[in-house]
Amino acid sequence: MAEPWAIERERKIRSCLLLAALIVLAAVLAALGPPALQRTVTEAIINLVVVLGMFIFVGNSGVLSFGHIAFMAVAGYSSAIMTIPPAKKAVLLKLPPSLEALQLPVGAAALIAAALTGLFALVVGAPIMRLKGIALPMATFGVLMVVHVVTANWQEVTGGRQALVGLPVYVNLWVALGAVLVTLAVAAAYKGSRRGLLLQCARENEVAATASGIDPARERLLAFVISAVFVGLGGVLFAHFIGTVTANTFYLNITFTTLAMLVVGGMRSLTGAVVGVAVVSTVSEIFRTIEKGVSIGDLTLSAPPGLQEIALALMMLLILIFRPQGLVGDFELDWPKWGRRKSAPAEPATTDQRVHGS
Amino acid sequence: MNLLQSLIDACSLGAVYALAALGIGLTFSIMRLINFAHGELIMIGGYTLYMSASQPYLVMGLAALLVVTILALGMERVAFRPLRRASPATLLIASFAVSFLLQHVAMMIFGARPVAIDFLSPLSQSLEIGPLRVPWLQLLALGVTLMLLAALSSFFRWTAIGVQMRAAAEDFTMARLVGIPANRVIAAAFAISGTLASIVSVYMVAQTGGASYKMGVNMVLFAFVASVIGGMGSLAGAALGGFLVGVVSVLLQTYLPEGMRLYRDAFLFALFIAFLLWRPQGLLVKASDRERV
Repeated sequence: MAEPWAIERERKIRSCLLLAALIVLAAVLAALGPPALQRTVTEAIINLVVVLGMFIFVGNSGVLSFGHIAFMAVAGYSSAIMTIPPAKKAVLLKLPPSLEALQLPVGAAALIAAALTGLFALVVGAPIMRLKGIALPMATFGVLMVVHVVTANWQEVTGGRQALVGLPVYVNLWVALGAVLVTLAVAAAYKGSRRGLLLQCARENEVAATASGIDPARERLLAFVISAVFVGLGGVLFAHFIGTVTANTFYLNITFTTLAMLVVGGMRSLTGAVVGVAVVSTVSEIFRTIEKGVSIGDLTLSAPPGLQEIALALMMLLILIFRPQGLVGDFELDWPKWGRRKSAPAEPATTDQRVHGS
Repeated sequence: MNLLQSLIDACSLGAVYALAALGIGLTFSIMRLINFAHGELIMIGGYTLYMSASQPYLVMGLAALLVVTILALGMERVAFRPLRRASPATLLIASFAVSFLLQHVAMMIFGARPVAIDFLSPLSQSLEIGPLRVPWLQLLALGVTLMLLAALSSFFRWTAIGVQMRAAAEDFTMARLVGIPANRVIAAAFAISGTLASIVSVYMVAQTGGASYKMGVNMVLFAFVASVIGGMGSLAGAALGGFLVGVVSVLLQTYLPEGMRLYRDAFLFALFIAFLLWRPQGLLVKASDRERV
């Protein structure tokens, strides 16, 4: 009989592999479908990168962040500046000559952009991760606002309110799939790692954790930086998927959508993040199709724009009211246990802990 | 003289922020809800003015007041009552959802483009005292806010429900134990918060001459900052925070070098983060909000 912790670790690896298999399956099925479906699934997978990135911080620390979309903006713009052809940059922006002449291969640009975002998160996070309670989410919100105002007005570097166009469009289904598998692996590894567990301790009870020698601010900062790197990666993918970046893309709407994905699935488990993205993307796509118009025989029914957002908001409210822990709660995916005796260790005891901020 | 002019601008802007911050502070103090959807109450007020345009101004104003107050009560009943036991973070996300919902319902009905409303236009003229130019609307905003602050503080001091609300804000569980009806106190908070929102919408529509489905968002962001700075849950703090945000944003507008003015709000939010680091609990703190272990 193996040690309980070994069984537990095996279970974690299994659930991560199962999730990866499901995502790959979805991608392969989509690849066989029409191009429109491929685009939708690619978009969903990019969202999954962002949501998994957010999960690394929010899920393990229990602290809501309203500022993560700022990392998408930082990385998206950085990658754009490093990859748009110099001739185009000369027209659109007023960069210093060395930056204007710069044109890196897309892969290198993506990595540098993600690393820069991590650095940015380190600088920003170092002071604010020391905050507690509701002040911390408020401060992350401040970060979003500052980044938004700067990107929306820095004419010379971001093009201000105009869209920055001409990014090489290299992100397709397979690139997104690769990125999401890496993100999933890192998120799972961090969640099960020593540092991840320390942070989860601080989530459950900050005072007790501090008394046991854990420094919650330091653990939060580590998670914040890792999380920013992957949200940044998501931002790069997003930018090079649609080929343009604007300041308003990375603002309140996408903050809401990604938070909805996190909350709907359950923000305390990886499975929850995946389920949340799948459910929200499916519902959004259904209503987007209805908005465009559905033809039944000769009759074309189309709903006014806005229906998709309304459906999303309603769904989120209903989940918050009836299943505050999200659709899956603490559950991680595993083989079904039919007919097997319950020899596996019991689910870790879940305290009825609320999200931080009380 | 320039300073005096800035001061007047700052106070009148601060007055409006104070009203919005009070609306948010009221519901937070009692049920720990940071109501992001407060901005949509303001927005609905704007569209009510649009619907009732061509009526006398007084009728338009009263219609906005009535509709927004009823909507605020409805919002509490439908969305926030089932979540009363949830954590502040959950409540915040829920209010985010309500806000998103109402915005897009409004967009569906009235379209994405702003609508023009002719409302209180005579007030956009300025009163000139020597070199000072003060729009009547600003004076009115300042006057109305001061009056409302006085009215509210007497309401909290001398009416039974006002005293009950203060008790509930101090310690909700304890207040219930001594027999204060939770539903009535919370409903009163939402009703007052709705009334304040309608007054903000009256001001905004008179100022900009129009309404749009996103008109409440920016206002609520600043009100948000104001109420956090003042000390979440403290009503005096919310009003103080509102005036402070007004003063700081006018000061930044006046004294930032020309090229930096576009970034005024970035400076404002950066200052907000710095403030949180210095005093995360806000300026005025209730005894019951100190953390105990």
